[in-house]
Amino acid sequence: MSRLQVAIVDYGMGNLRSVANAFKAVAPSISVAVTSDPEQIAQAERVVFPGQGAMPDCIRELDARHLRQAVIDATQQKPFLGICIGLQMLFEHSEEGDVPGLGVYRGEVKRFPADKMHDEQGAKLKVPHMGWSQVHQTQAHALWSEIPDQARFYYVHSYYVAPEEATLTAATTAYPFDYTGAIARDNVFAVQFHPEKSANAGLQLLRNFVNWKP
Amino acid sequence: MGCAKRIIPCLDVTDGRVVKGVNFLELRDAGDPVEIAQRYNDQGADELTFLDITASSDNRDLILHIIERVAEQIFIPLTVGGGVRKVEDVRRLLNAGADKVSINTTAVLNPQVVEDAASRFGSQCIVVAIDAKKVDNQPFEWEVFTHGGRNPTGLDAVKWAQKMVSLGAGELLVTSMDRDGTKIGFNNPLNKAISDAVDVPLIASGGVGNLQHLVDGVTMGGADAVLAASIFHYGEFTVQQAKDYMREHGLEVR
Repeated sequence: MSRLQVAIVDYGMGNLRSVANAFKAVAPSISVAVTSDPEQIAQAERVVFPGQGAMPDCIRELDARHLRQAVIDATQQKPFLGICIGLQMLFEHSEEGDVPGLGVYRGEVKRFPADKMHDEQGAKLKVPHMGWSQVHQTQAHALWSEIPDQARFYYVHSYYVAPEEATLTAATTAYPFDYTGAIARDNVFAVQFHPEKSANAGLQLLRNFVNWKP
Repeated sequence: MGCAKRIIPCLDVTDGRVVKGVNFLELRDAGDPVEIAQRYNDQGADELTFLDITASSDNRDLILHIIERVAEQIFIPLTVGGGVRKVEDVRRLLNAGADKVSINTTAVLNPQVVEDAASRFGSQCIVVAIDAKKVDNQPFEWEVFTHGGRNPTGLDAVKWAQKMVSLGAGELLVTSMDRDGTKIGFNNPLNKAISDAVDVPLIASGGVGNLQHLVDGVTMGGADAVLAASIFHYGEFTVQQAKDYMREHGLEVR
């Protein structure tokens, strides 16, 4: 088996085909595969850790497939892109189902608090936060290359990450308060939004990931 | 700051072609689904909805192939509805590349499907579509109808919406059957009543005839997204024109 350039970690939660489709669109010549084989993930040049659904189910399924260690190893070794729950799982604990995460970073995954979900005019803001919101880049990074600050990306989530270390945050989004929309540290970049569903800005981020040399 | 109000062109698909009807009847051919999807994506559509209205079960799988082809070239959220009866139907549509699946008649006949699908795949991908009509023979204002608007259910649309959210619906697609195809605007009082009663996003549908109707859907109807078909299909307006108009009228758009 030849070494994959991009391994998309499949732990049985939801549809990863759109992530694979988007990589094929931006980098038709590279090898991309959806895989649940820890060995293939260990061998891959780059790892994408997506996720949707509820975090307790994601953690359970990840463990059922014996993928926890392969994911943690990848965060320490190679270009790594977390998406949505794939960002949230990197933290210590989630309010969703009161479950521990992988604990790669210190911090908590929190639910949007009902008492704060209104805009300046007092209009109700819906949860899940579903739709296109502006992403404010709080640190320069190779993955923001060619993407304007405040570009809109597609979000769908009811929980957000609150890292203990402020320097981990690479972007914020206001809904209605500023929360962490992306994190960056060494070879890891992870986003709460869905680049694979964010039209041109999202495709550019995936292209940047394929070309990234941390 | 918040979330841009979404503009969602809707493609009614039957036997592999996009069609548009008036008041759920009189279907007219509007073109190839993949070509139309590409055009809307290029115009800046925030999302696309496909409603499979194929009558014959022989041709049901055509929609899967269409979604597969669209998902290979278009990178915005795709919602697919029509004919979803079982959790397995939801799974097949998601696997074909749908991001969300819309459940309508089945939600009424068998609400357990909504609960099971939401718990298995997550609320974020379960949309419940509600077809409602103003009635004067009930103790409430708007009644839920099924089977493409033919069958009354005796259900109050607002209470039904709350029940669907409690079972796990992550979004509601509310179509006013009095307005669908009429071009006189959304039923804003209906949408506002539902939007105020739930926390999840509401997509307004049915009745758009001009761009002001889209603005009214948000400002008067409390919609988080506006869905339209004919004004886009027949080239009256582009999605970009709709966005420009909404922005000029003070709404946040992408």
